[in-house]
Amino acid sequence: MGMTITEKILAAHAGKASVQAGELVECNVDFVMGNDVTAPIAIKRLRENNITEVFDKERIALVPSHFVPAKDINSAQQVQEVKDFAKEYDIKYFFEVGQGGIEHALLPERGLVLPGDIVIGADSHTCTYGALGAFSTGVGSTDLAYCMATGMTWLKVPETMKFVFHGELPKWVSSKDIILQIIGDITVDGALYRAMEFDGDTIHNLSMEARMTISNMAIEAGGKSGIIVPDETTEEYVKSRAQRPYKFYNSDPDAKYCYVKEYDATKLEPVVSWPFLPDNVHKVSESTHVSVDQVIIGSCTNGRIEDLRIAANILKGRKVDKNLKVIIFPATQSIWTMALKEGLIEIFNDSGCIISPATCGPCLGGHMGILSSKETAITTTNRNFVGRIGHPDSKAYLASPAVAAASALTGRITHPAEVMD
Amino acid sequence: MEITKVTGKVFKYGDDINTDVIIPARYMNTHDPKHLAAHCMEDIDKDFVNNMKPGDVIVAGKNFGCGSSREHAPISIKHAGVGCVIAKTFARIFYRNCINMGLPIMECPEAAEELQAGDEIEINFDEGTITNKSNGKVYKAHPFPPFMKSLIEAGGLMNYAKAKLAEKK
Repeated sequence: MGMTITEKILAAHAGKASVQAGELVECNVDFVMGNDVTAPIAIKRLRENNITEVFDKERIALVPSHFVPAKDINSAQQVQEVKDFAKEYDIKYFFEVGQGGIEHALLPERGLVLPGDIVIGADSHTCTYGALGAFSTGVGSTDLAYCMATGMTWLKVPETMKFVFHGELPKWVSSKDIILQIIGDITVDGALYRAMEFDGDTIHNLSMEARMTISNMAIEAGGKSGIIVPDETTEEYVKSRAQRPYKFYNSDPDAKYCYVKEYDATKLEPVVSWPFLPDNVHKVSESTHVSVDQVIIGSCTNGRIEDLRIAANILKGRKVDKNLKVIIFPATQSIWTMALKEGLIEIFNDSGCIISPATCGPCLGGHMGILSSKETAITTTNRNFVGRIGHPDSKAYLASPAVAAASALTGRITHPAEVMD
Repeated sequence: MEITKVTGKVFKYGDDINTDVIIPARYMNTHDPKHLAAHCMEDIDKDFVNNMKPGDVIVAGKNFGCGSSREHAPISIKHAGVGCVIAKTFARIFYRNCINMGLPIMECPEAAEELQAGDEIEINFDEGTITNKSNGKVYKAHPFPPFMKSLIEAGGLMNYAKAKLAEKK
C-alpha cells in the first residue's frame, strides 16, 4: 500500500522501508532548535546529567526570540545561559539579537531546515517547516535535550488528515483565512496526534511564505505537523538557500488518510477568530461591530515580507485611527531590512504605526505591546487564549494582515474591501 | 522511592485548558520551579495555589495542555505539589512533556466526566485505578503504551538518553 509524505519521511529516518500509522519509531533528526525560553531547561537537563557533547554542532540552532532584546534581568539571565552554552558546546548557529529574529521565519530563510528533513524544535510552532515538505514538530525542553544529545527522537507515526483546496482565492482572502477556516471547522483538537496535509491547486499556487502561515497554525488544531508536498515553488525557494542537500518526498495516490476534506476556495471569505480559542471562527462581515484598541501585525505566523507588503498597501498615505496603537513587528532582521529598502517602514511610520525589532514580543504576552484589562486587539498572531497577549481580561481576535491593516484605519474589525475597493 | 499511590481532593476544570493559563508567559522569564509553581493555573483559577494541598488532583476535560510547548507548564503543576492530572484527553506535546519529566497523568474520560470538584480520590499508579472515596466508584485509566511505560520506569527521558549514549560508545 502507498504511503503519505509523512510516512515516507519517518520511514527513511527510521531506517525502514515502510511505516504505518500508530507504529512507534526512533528516528534520526536532521535539525534541532531551541529558543531563549525553552533551551535553558534543556541545557539544565544536559548539564545535570553530565552530557558534555551534542550530536552535531552544525545541526542545532539556538535562537533568542521570545523575550529579546531582554525585557528584564531574568530574561537577560536566560539568554545568557543559552549564549554561554552555545559557546561552551561550540554550537554553530546561535543568533544574537539583531542577527536573527523569530526562529520559524529565520530557519527557512537561512536554508537550515529543508525539504525531506525531520526537524524537532522546542517551540510549538516548529510545525511551520512543514510548508517546505519537511516533517517538523514541536516538543518540550527535555525532548530538546534528548535530541541535542543523541540526534534522535521517538515518534508515533501519525495518521494523516488531508485538506484539499480548489480554485482561485477571492480578493482579500489569504492563506491565514484558509488555516483559520480549517481550525474553525475541525476545532482546536480536531487534528490531535495527527499530521495535517494541505493540498490542491489553491495551496500549490501559494507562495512559500503564504504556505508557512498555514503550516504554522497546524498546532492550533492540535496537529502534530502540517505538511505540504514540495513543488517548483519550494525548489525555487530552497535552491539558493540550502546549507546542505535535501530531498523531495510526495504522497502516493493510494496513500491512506483518516480524513479528507475538499474546499471550494472561491467561496472563502476573510475570517477572524474571536476570543478565547482559535477555533472560534467568524466571518469578518459578522465581526464589524467589534472595536479594537490595538492592532498587531507580525509574528512567526504573519511577519514575513509579503505580510508587511499587504499591510503597507492598505496603510499607504493614510493615518491609523487616533485612538489605536498599531504595532508592526517584522519576523527577522532581514525582513526588517527588506521592509526598510522597499519603503514599507516609512509607510508604517507615517501612518502612525510603531515598528518593533524582530521578536516574538506581544504575541505570547512577552513585551512590546501588552494589553491592559480593558483592551482588545486584532492581531495576525496565532493564539487568542485568556491572557495570551496581556491581562487575563484583555481580548484578542486573530486575523490576516489585510484585515488587521484595514481595522487599523477604522478602529473596528474591518473587511479590507470597505477601505480599499 | 517511587510513589505508587496518591490521595487528594479534586480541582475540576473544563475543556481545552491551555498552557498559557496553566503558566502565563509573563512568568517564563525564569525557569525556577518554585517561581513557576507559585503561579500555577493563575489565569484560570487565581486562588488555586492557595487552596490546594500537596497530593490534590487536577481533573479536566478534553485536550488538556494545548497550546505552547512550554515544559514550564508541567513543571509548574508538579512543583505546586499536584499529585496527578486526570483528563479526557491530553494535547500531544504536554503529554510527552509529562512522560519525559515525570508529572503523573492519567487519561480517563469516565473519571474526567464524573468526578466533581472537592471529591476525595485515591489513585493507584501501579494498577492504573482512580477511586472516588466518597462513593467508592473505581475507574480504570487508559494504560500507557509499552514504550512510554519503559520511559517512565527508566526514570524519564534523560536516563533513557544516558543509556542510549552509553550504547553508542
